[in-house]
Amino acid sequence: MARPRLAVYKFSSCDGCQLSLLDCEDELLALAGAVEIAYFLEASRQALPGPYDVVLVEGSVTTEEEVERLKEVRRQAKLLVAIGACATAGGIQALRNWADADAFRRAVYPTPGYIRTLDRVRPLGDVVLVDAELRGCPISKRQLLDFLAAVLIGRTPRMPAHSVCTECKRRGAVCVMVASGVPCLGPVTQAGCGAICPAYARGCYGCFGPMERPNTGALGDRFVALGQSRDEVARAFRGINAYALPFAAAGDRFARSDIEEG
Amino acid sequence: MVQRRIEVGALARVEGEGGLRVVVEGGRVAEVFLDIFEPPRFFEAFLRGRTAQDAVDLTARICGICPVAYQMSAAHALEKAFGVSPPPGVRALRRLFYCGEWIESHVLHMFLLHAPDFLGYDSAIAMAQVPALRPLVERALRMKQVGNRLVALIGGREVHPVSACVGGFFRAPGRAELAALAPDLAWGLEAAVEALRWAGSLSYPAFETDYEFVALRHPGEYPMNEGRIVSSGGLDAAVEDYDAHFTEEQVAHSNALHSRFRRDGQSYLVGPLARLNLNADRLSPAARAAAGELGLRLPLRNPFMSLLARGLETVHAFEEALALVEAYEPPDPPRVPVVPRAGAGAHATEAPRGMLYHRYEVDEAGRIATVRIVPPTAQNLRRIEDDLRRFVPMVLEAPHDEATLRCEQLVRSYDPCISCATHFLRLQVERRPGT
Repeated sequence: MARPRLAVYKFSSCDGCQLSLLDCEDELLALAGAVEIAYFLEASRQALPGPYDVVLVEGSVTTEEEVERLKEVRRQAKLLVAIGACATAGGIQALRNWADADAFRRAVYPTPGYIRTLDRVRPLGDVVLVDAELRGCPISKRQLLDFLAAVLIGRTPRMPAHSVCTECKRRGAVCVMVASGVPCLGPVTQAGCGAICPAYARGCYGCFGPMERPNTGALGDRFVALGQSRDEVARAFRGINAYALPFAAAGDRFARSDIEEG
Repeated sequence: MVQRRIEVGALARVEGEGGLRVVVEGGRVAEVFLDIFEPPRFFEAFLRGRTAQDAVDLTARICGICPVAYQMSAAHALEKAFGVSPPPGVRALRRLFYCGEWIESHVLHMFLLHAPDFLGYDSAIAMAQVPALRPLVERALRMKQVGNRLVALIGGREVHPVSACVGGFFRAPGRAELAALAPDLAWGLEAAVEALRWAGSLSYPAFETDYEFVALRHPGEYPMNEGRIVSSGGLDAAVEDYDAHFTEEQVAHSNALHSRFRRDGQSYLVGPLARLNLNADRLSPAARAAAGELGLRLPLRNPFMSLLARGLETVHAFEEALALVEAYEPPDPPRVPVVPRAGAGAHATEAPRGMLYHRYEVDEAGRIATVRIVPPTAQNLRRIEDDLRRFVPMVLEAPHDEATLRCEQLVRSYDPCISCATHFLRLQVERRPGT
């Protein structure tokens, strides 16, 4: 049987998620034997045309050109996998969805007319059908390898729906919110990172995005009880996964001054 | 008139998205464009109103390959703005953190991005299919892994680490945790010396340029987190005065701004070649010995030989990391508290690809008011185009595919990070003389 054909595509992003594949130092060469890496521009000059069995897509959609390119990638993909917060939720650059795009262009570039961007930063799922998601900023190497292994042997990938709190307990880390009163998004954030932030004595900032049915309202109220202003609570939700629906709604709810803008 | 075009729609084995266009008319290079179509992400705009710690965590997201560099430039600049100094021991730990990033980034570039050009393969993965080359690739992956483990141990993870903060670190690793890495670092040092011997055996295109090199220089150390800005043309300035000496302009074919000297509008070079040429006397003993063994005569003016500079810096980073691990005492506390106040702070550190400048203004609540970031690749873009203009005539006689590959190889020599180079702030339009 022919090896499955793998492609890696990038849209607006930092390269960190596709780099995670090259950071699988122990597994990279074995993986390259198990699949045919047909298109992975960051790693290879060889760019084979589709169709591809599995396409990993990093980045968010921020320009008309990217919309068209993503649609073409979708046509070539049997299984399209959004990797990382930019692809699954728009990423940190989606913060501009709460601001005026023209004002942003003028703030950064002296000749804004050269710069063409969409009014809103979009996750892949706003433009095409996405078959699977790997969360995180960046994604977890362990989850990536598990996903690829699952595809190779035809089992269901293990996708956690529980919160970072569960991983934090399993890791034996001290709860930063209970012990030190530090605001932590762990209770509403999807597991996968291994609870790195609490283990490093700081609150989770939600880079794996919302878990299934997160109780953002109760957590935000708890942050307020710990002494945070409603503005600060809004900013906590408006981070790397600001545009993921439950976090966007929570951010809007706690934002004081710009709540009318919606 | 006969027109010939060399075009690369999307450059491979670089970070981010860029293309290359060269137009030759009647044997003369008419136009050279490094097209940067990586879309902008407007970091300077959305950071306004955020906390200082957000600047440390979020500017890391500009680049997945050198997040530590962004965190270090941001933390130092903001510590100046708030007037705080991190506790003793943090300085050494930050240097160790940076060694890890130099190792993973340099080895990635040397072997996975650049080496395939020299050996005639499309990728390091293709090289690994050749039995004679597989050990080279395996050794490189292991070296890169040691660098990544160092970053992950100090920062929590390899890409976008979480421990760095304004004032120090959220958590400092224990002595035993770092000591466990010592055998791998010792192995890495030997491996890096071997890797450099291999790099010395490659054949480099004969192409030299009269660069003005720009890098940090520190009184006693090879520069990472601290130093003054110096150049081979005699510049010697405090990092706070960066804007007095350099400026940026926007060009139509690029979503990245181009840097140049204010003095005369000339381009300049930052990165491993510049650092090495300006700081060779600060290299570690093993790196100096390795340079001697190679018979390197400085300054190196051949951009393709930046591979050797990266190799030397990798030897240095392994040797220094080993020494830092052996002398390590965990800083206690790992950070000082930051009391918000209005102010401004600017700092530059040496990212793997070269000098990375950050400047912040903060309001009385400690929130970000303005941000300015100048990444190394934006500083090199103009220089890369200048070099291509001179290099293209040398390869015009070659078959088209070969000429294209050689131009790509030259561009890859600078290890351009296009994700870094886009979305940066400049407030004034400047036009080049004569246009």
